[in-house]
Amino acid sequence: MKHKEHFRTAVYQTPFHPRTSQLNTLNEWHRWKDYTTADAFFDQALEYAAIRNACAVFDLMPMTKHRITGPDALPFLNRLITRDIAKIKPGRVGYCVWCDDNGQVIDDGTVFHLREGDYRLCSQERQLDWLSRSAHGFNVSIVEDTHDVAALALQGPTSCAVLKAIGCSGVERLSPFGIAYFPFAGAELMVSRTGFTGDLGYELWIDPARALELWDALFEKGADHGIRPMGTHALEVARIEAGFIQAGVDFLPADQAIRLERSRSPFELDLGRLVDFSKPNFNGRRALLEEQRRGSRFRLVRLDVEGNKPARSAYIYDRKRNVVGTVTSAEWSPSAKANIALASMHMPWGLPGDELWAEIYYQRELKWSRVMARCRVVEGAFFDPPRRRATPAADF
Amino acid sequence: MTDSNRIIIIGAGHNGLVCAAYLAKAGREVLVLEASSRVGGAAITREFGPGYRVSACAHVCYQLDPGISRELRLAAHGLKTARANLRTVALATTGDHLVFEGGRLEAGPLSDKDRAALADYHARMLRFARVLGKQNNRRPPRIAGGGRADLIAAATLGLDIRRLGRDSMREFMRIAAINIFDVLEETFDAPLLKGALALDAVLGTNLGPRSNNSVLTMLHRLSGEAIGVTGGLSLPEGGMGAVSEAIASAARTSGATLRTSSPVARITLEADRVSGVELENGEKLPAGTVISNADPARTLLQLLGARHLETGFVHRIRHFRSKGMAAKLHLALDGLPAFARLPEERACERLVIAPDPVYIDRAFDHAKYGQCSPDPALEITIPSIYDRSLAPPGKHVLSAIVQYAPFDARASTDAARAGFLERTLGVLERYAPGLRRHIVASELLLPADIEREFRITGGHWHHGELAVDQFLMLRPVPGAAQYEMPVHGLYLCGAGCHPGGGVMGSAGRNAARAVLGKERAA
Repeated sequence: MKHKEHFRTAVYQTPFHPRTSQLNTLNEWHRWKDYTTADAFFDQALEYAAIRNACAVFDLMPMTKHRITGPDALPFLNRLITRDIAKIKPGRVGYCVWCDDNGQVIDDGTVFHLREGDYRLCSQERQLDWLSRSAHGFNVSIVEDTHDVAALALQGPTSCAVLKAIGCSGVERLSPFGIAYFPFAGAELMVSRTGFTGDLGYELWIDPARALELWDALFEKGADHGIRPMGTHALEVARIEAGFIQAGVDFLPADQAIRLERSRSPFELDLGRLVDFSKPNFNGRRALLEEQRRGSRFRLVRLDVEGNKPARSAYIYDRKRNVVGTVTSAEWSPSAKANIALASMHMPWGLPGDELWAEIYYQRELKWSRVMARCRVVEGAFFDPPRRRATPAADF
Repeated sequence: MTDSNRIIIIGAGHNGLVCAAYLAKAGREVLVLEASSRVGGAAITREFGPGYRVSACAHVCYQLDPGISRELRLAAHGLKTARANLRTVALATTGDHLVFEGGRLEAGPLSDKDRAALADYHARMLRFARVLGKQNNRRPPRIAGGGRADLIAAATLGLDIRRLGRDSMREFMRIAAINIFDVLEETFDAPLLKGALALDAVLGTNLGPRSNNSVLTMLHRLSGEAIGVTGGLSLPEGGMGAVSEAIASAARTSGATLRTSSPVARITLEADRVSGVELENGEKLPAGTVISNADPARTLLQLLGARHLETGFVHRIRHFRSKGMAAKLHLALDGLPAFARLPEERACERLVIAPDPVYIDRAFDHAKYGQCSPDPALEITIPSIYDRSLAPPGKHVLSAIVQYAPFDARASTDAARAGFLERTLGVLERYAPGLRRHIVASELLLPADIEREFRITGGHWHHGELAVDQFLMLRPVPGAAQYEMPVHGLYLCGAGCHPGGGVMGSAGRNAARAVLGKERAA
C-alpha cells in the first residue's frame, strides 16, 4: 500500500476527481470503499440512456484489486475459487465466486489472467485477509494494489469507436472477456472487454499518474460519440437489467454473516455453472457436494413484476399468501420496458410458472400505499443485446 | 486383498499400535510405518549412557485404559508392572516430606484439617474426573450437522454432569474453568501439599497454577484412575517402552505388519481421496485408508499439504496450540542419591519438587517470556530401584520431568540447554546434596529436542494443549474431532485427538472404531 498515512485522510479522492468533481453538477456523492464516488453527475436517466445508446464512463478506481503472482499462483487460485482457473488462458478474464469451507459465498469478482502466471483478482469487498490466510502452503505473492491501478469502465454501443479514436487500433477484434494492451501517453493501457452493464463495453486500466490524460482523451475523442460520465445510480439500473448480482445487496458475504441461513451458496445464487467438481479440492467443495445431495435452501430468480412500481425489498408470497422469498434488487427497466427484480426464494419456490406475488409499498405525496403485484419468473437477463457479444465489435 | 483394502498407519506410537491392533483383530490388512528404528513413539525405553536405559519421554503409566489392556491381552504379551500404586513424595529441603497416595496421607507433618481436606478433595476430584473418563472411550459428538448418534452423545455428556447431583454439578461448573491455585487456596493450608497438587495440574502443559483451565488438566490427569486404571501411578517393567512392545506384539499377533526405519514423506492422493503414502526413500505404498499417529500439524500441513485442504480448516489447524513446556532430564548415577531424611525405600516413589504453588507460578513466569525457569519444578522417578534391567548393578537412572522449558528458539540453544541443566541440577542438589558426584552421564531434552527425536510438532507430549477450546469435540479442531479428516480415507489416531495424550491408548482405539464404523456406513 502506498498510502501509509491513510489514517489522516478519512476518504480518498480518485485520480479522476479533478474531472469528475467538475462534471458533477448535481454534487451528489457517496463513499465507496473509502473513495469519494459520484451517485450521479447531471441526470440519472440521461446517464443511463448514454450506457444503452452511446457510451458512459464510470470511475472504477475504488474497486478492490489484487495482484497474484508466483509459481503457485494457479494452484492457489484453483483452491480459492470454485471454477477451474486453468481454463482462463493468458489474456482472458473470468467471472468467479469464492466460498468459505461451508460452501457459502464470500464474494464474487473477476480473475484477469494478465500474462502467463500473473493474475489480477478484482472483488467487491476487501479480501486481503482471506487471500493471505488461503496462501498458507503456496508459493505465491499477494498484493492488494487497489490504490496503484486507476480504472475506468467505458460502457455502451459507441465505446469501441471511442477506444479506436484514442489510439486502440484493433480493439474491435477483442472478444468478450479478452484483454489487450495498447501504448498510451508513454505508458501501457490495458483494455479488457468486461463490465457490469451487460452491454458492449470495456474496462480500462492504467497507472494513476496517467489517469487524467486518459480521461481527457476519452472525452475529447468521445464527444462525437455521445460520451457521458455516469454515477452509480445509472450503473445500478444497467446491472440489474443484465441480471448481475452484487455482494452486500443480493447476498451477504459469508464472512459478514453472523446468523446461519443469511449467507448463500453459489447454487443458491444461480451460479452453479461456476462450480467445477472435477477439481479435487477447492474451498467449499465438500459442503457443496453435500448441498447437491441434500438440496439447496434458496434459489435466486429474476422476476418480471406487474405494474411500474419497483418492488424494492418486497416480500414475495405464494398464492396462499405465505412469504416465500424476498426481493434483493428492483428497478424499472427502461430498455426492457419492464418492472424487474432479483429475488431470493425459499426452496422449492421460484420455478417458471409459479404463481408469485410481490407486496410493494410506495409513497405518493407522503402517503403510503400497498399493492400486491403478480410476478413472473424470467430466465436469463432482462436485457441482452447481440452487440454485447458480437466480435468484431461494431461502431454505432 | 487389493491395495484399496489396505490400511496404512503412520507412526508406531502407542496410539498407532493400539489402532493397528484393533483393526488387525477386526481382520483388516494393516501396515504400520514407523520413522525411527524402534516402535513406541514417545513411549519408549532407550539407552542414554553406557548400560543406562530410561523411559525417554513419558515415564509414569497412570492412564493406560484398562479395557485396552484387557482386550489386547497386554499381560499375555509381556506387560508387567515393576511397581504399582506409586506414592507421591512432596520433597522438602528440611526433610519434612509429605508422602501420600490419592487422598490418603502416609507420612509427614500435616494438620488434621489438611489431612481431612486431602481425602475430601481427592474424592471430589475423582467424581468429576469420572465424567471426563467416561468420555475417553467415546467419539465426541459433532456440534453442527451431526446425526442422531451425535445428539445422544452430547446428551449423555450433559446427563453425566447432571448425575453428579445438584451440589456437585454446581461445584463442577464452578471450578471447571477456573484455576488450580484458587481451588487449592480455598481447600488447604500447607504450602508443600498445595505445591505438589498444583504440579499435577500443570505438568506438561502451557499453564501456571494461576492459569485458568488448570483444573481441567488436573481432571484429565485423574481420569485414568477415575475409570479404574488398576495400580494408580505405576511403572512398567522395562520402562514405558515395554507398554509399546506389548501393544506391538498384540498387533503383530493379530496380523498387523510393523515396519520401522520407514519415515513417510507424504500422503498421496488420487482426486479427492488418499491413495497411500510415499516414503522418504521414494517407495510408494498404496492404501485405501491412511491413519496418522503423527500430530495434526505434521499430518495435515506437512505430510498431506495445506493445498489439499480448505482455507478455514488449515487456519484452525495452524492455530492448534502445540508448543511444549516440559523438558525431560535423564541422569545416569553410580549410586543412589540421598534425599534429606528420605528413607531409601521411599526414594523409589514419585518424587516431586514443588514447595508451593507460588514457586511453580514464578517458574512459569519466565517461561511465558521465552526463558527456561531459573528454579524449575520437577517430577522425579528412579525406576532402577525396582527395575534392575535399566542400569548396571548398583547403579541407577533418574528420570525427571522439568518444568518449565518453553518451545522457543532463544531457549533451545546449546548454551540454553547447558544453562538449564545447571539450574536443574542446582535445584536437585538442594534436596539431594552431593547428587552431582554420582552423575555418570546426563541428558536434557528440551521441547525442541523432543520435537526432533519424537517428531512431535512443538514438542508437546499431548500433541497439543489440553484446554477447553481444544478438548472433546473441539480436539484438535472443530469439524475434525471424530478422527476422520476432511480428505476421504484419512484419519488421525494420536494424542492430538480426543481424549488427548498421556499413555492412554483411547485415541487409537476410538480411531479404529471410527474407521470400522465408516466401513459399515458405506
